[in-house]
Amino acid sequence: MPTLTINGQQVTVDVDPTTPLLWVLRDHLDMTGTKYGCGIAQCGACTIHLDGRATRCCVIPVSMAEGKAITTIEGLSKDGSHPVQQAWIDLDTPQCGYCQPGMIMAAAALLAESPDPSDADIDRTITNICRCGTYPRVRAGIHRAAELAKDAAS
Amino acid sequence: MTCPTQREVILSRRKFIIGGSALGAAGLGIGLILPTNAETDANLAADEATSNYDQGAEVTAWVVIRPDNRVIIRIARSEMGQGTLTGLAQLVAEELACDWDSVDWEFPTPGQSLSRGRPWGSFSTGGSRGIRNSQQYVREGGALARQLLLAAAAQRWQVPIDECQAQNSIITHGPSGRTVPFGDVAELASTLPAPATVTLKQPKEWQVIGRSVKRLDTTEKVTGQLRYAADIKLPGMLQAAVNACPVHGGKRGKVDADKAITMPGVKKIVMVSDDAVAVVADHWWQAKQALDTIAIEWLTGPSGQVDSDSIHAMLTDGLTATDTFIGHNKGDAPSALSKTSRLVSADYSYPFQNHAPMEPMNATVLWTPSRCEAWVPTQNGEAALEVLADAAGLFREQCEVHKTILGGGFGRRANHDYLVQATDIARQLPGVPIKLLWSREEDQRRGVYHPITHCRMTATLHQDGEKKGLPEALHIRISGQSILAALRAPLGEQTIDKAVFQSLDEEGDHAFVYGIDHVLADHAMRNTHLRPWFWRGVNINQNVFYVESFIDELALESGSDPLDYRRRLLADNPKALAVLNKAAERADWGRPRPQGTGLGLAVCKAFGSYVAACAEVTVSNGSLRMNKIWAATDPGVAVNPQQIEAQVAGSFVYGLGAALYSELTVKDGRVEQENFDTYPPMRLAAMPEVETIVMPSGGFWGGVGEPTIAVGAPAVLNGIYAASGVRIRHLPLKNQALS
Repeated sequence: MPTLTINGQQVTVDVDPTTPLLWVLRDHLDMTGTKYGCGIAQCGACTIHLDGRATRCCVIPVSMAEGKAITTIEGLSKDGSHPVQQAWIDLDTPQCGYCQPGMIMAAAALLAESPDPSDADIDRTITNICRCGTYPRVRAGIHRAAELAKDAAS
Repeated sequence: MTCPTQREVILSRRKFIIGGSALGAAGLGIGLILPTNAETDANLAADEATSNYDQGAEVTAWVVIRPDNRVIIRIARSEMGQGTLTGLAQLVAEELACDWDSVDWEFPTPGQSLSRGRPWGSFSTGGSRGIRNSQQYVREGGALARQLLLAAAAQRWQVPIDECQAQNSIITHGPSGRTVPFGDVAELASTLPAPATVTLKQPKEWQVIGRSVKRLDTTEKVTGQLRYAADIKLPGMLQAAVNACPVHGGKRGKVDADKAITMPGVKKIVMVSDDAVAVVADHWWQAKQALDTIAIEWLTGPSGQVDSDSIHAMLTDGLTATDTFIGHNKGDAPSALSKTSRLVSADYSYPFQNHAPMEPMNATVLWTPSRCEAWVPTQNGEAALEVLADAAGLFREQCEVHKTILGGGFGRRANHDYLVQATDIARQLPGVPIKLLWSREEDQRRGVYHPITHCRMTATLHQDGEKKGLPEALHIRISGQSILAALRAPLGEQTIDKAVFQSLDEEGDHAFVYGIDHVLADHAMRNTHLRPWFWRGVNINQNVFYVESFIDELALESGSDPLDYRRRLLADNPKALAVLNKAAERADWGRPRPQGTGLGLAVCKAFGSYVAACAEVTVSNGSLRMNKIWAATDPGVAVNPQQIEAQVAGSFVYGLGAALYSELTVKDGRVEQENFDTYPPMRLAAMPEVETIVMPSGGFWGGVGEPTIAVGAPAVLNGIYAASGVRIRHLPLKNQALS
């Protein structure tokens, strides 16, 4: 039975080790903030952090996640206070919102690596699909989150 | 059993604990209670019998006020990202004169609507109608509540009601200066008789309508706490994956599920309707894995021979057919066109597209012989209840639909085929909640698609006089699918589908904007077995692409500037002219652009609003870069400008993205693009900068979710011509060479 470290806590799940991590989170652990969108790592709705890196977990067998630090949208902050979440609230970024947990996790990973990303950085790394078309506010939100993080650090 | 998914009217609420979590405890941020919203959690603890006390008083069907002054506004329409939830709440709050910061919301259920005589009116959410069709009675619902609260305060103070005023959830007695918060008189107000009439505020008095307030549904969306229908979990619930005949209208033949039934977690193989097979298992992934091992024979009949080429041949034939339905018919276009040999003509085409909302189709159904409940991401709760009752074999009164916030809709979720399937499966497992979730592939294959059409534009131009160069007569021939014919099957093909002429109409919400003496728009109906459906914007997407491309071609034919040409044609249409001028002015139309960069225009009236776009694009080495789009919108009344801006920008992603990249092709009767790898939506890097100009002229209520979707593509395509001299007449753009 795979043992996982999710948002800082260890949990053992009784599941076939080939099951994608996405379905372990959603169906076995009822952590439904991570979404199913395509199942082939195209859309990014299932983006989580695996050892800090943005990862589309619909194609990651749960066995591959053993021994790694898994962070989901539920664990990004306790209370929605992560700079990306705050920026998203400030700018009213989500529309339907279904893709936004994945979008936020992708943005948070980008900012962790590159605290003041350029538009080109954003273009290159934020490839999640949003059908409502929140892209302008996603871009603006990432820049705002960078400022918020800077302000908090100073 | 009831399980509220979101904030739902209290009569259906109960405390509900999710079982089966391997983690067992909080700390991982796992919601243990549905809904996960903290505010409602407290209320959930109340049983039905006592809940009204905790919830506060229902002053009117629209307004509940709690003792702590929180105001709960009920919203019947569905929220799918378009922001109608917040906009409608603004309308109620405006007339209620409550403190906006104290506003919360909840969905009434279709069952409650049924039992109470539809106090919230229609639940249908589409056609950009949410606000424009309900604004009157929604505002009246708020105004009535304010009147009742004022009456209650007046009664308590024993003063005339006209000496009392309400502002920010506080009632003040003018002469004495006494005040009382709404929460203190709501209970009394709820017992008073309703006044026969209420007076609505004048637009100049508005304080909440017209303000860019924040959406009411954002926080849960950024924390991952919001439960969409796909996230529902009920005690004892099993999950289903389904495979329906990929050729629409085909049937299920032999099924070999010998291996599937032995696979881990699998509980049952279910035959669904006459065209699908489902696997029910403990977990969805198990169900899907087992489903993929089932060999199904599909009986497709002649539809299995259809492909894109045969469809295009049929539509091309329609361009010259004589069996047509006539829409717009002004003057005598056929006669004017037959008198001259100087005709300008061009053919265009628009492909099948799928809605592909990010949340795939799904529904959760619990069926027993006497009761059926469903948790449904629907754009029309009332229609869902009808569908559910029919599929459940029960009366509507024995059924209930719990709506969720939708992970995208775009029209798709006004069709309830997925709910019929889920109910069929649930009937075969009585007493067991069943969650049916479509895979993305199923969502693509079993879509209901944007109709496919071709168009032939034919015009003759005035040869002299002050109208020299302008079209004297125009014939718009549409050949292709009819959504309404499919809805009205089997007799639908015998009746005109007036919606085919959206934005080509002689008058009304979708009036053709240009002043041309002789216009004929007609439709050669050519249907396929692939199901057409309402797709954000519906028929304006192709019609405005056809018209605005051709108007651009006519301007060039006559040697005119495309802006000047349109201005002359819009001389009698000041609102359309105003949005066109504004977009062009902001783009600095007259300023020369570098080689390879060009501007393109488009304008239309749709869903009651006037919209225009001016796109600046650069074409170099055969590749396109969309630099910026200036978009002007006159929706009459702008309830929430920042949300209109979001809808306008989003329209470019959805509509323009489709025009650039999205096409469903057909082979052996089935669509070939089964996921986002072959059906690519627009992504962030391709998104042009958008400058939105919201310019409400007052006096009417137009929609905002859809109109702009029609002008993005033609503005960009006209810009491509200006930049490169390449005219694109067939979508999607990805199939066309730009050099």
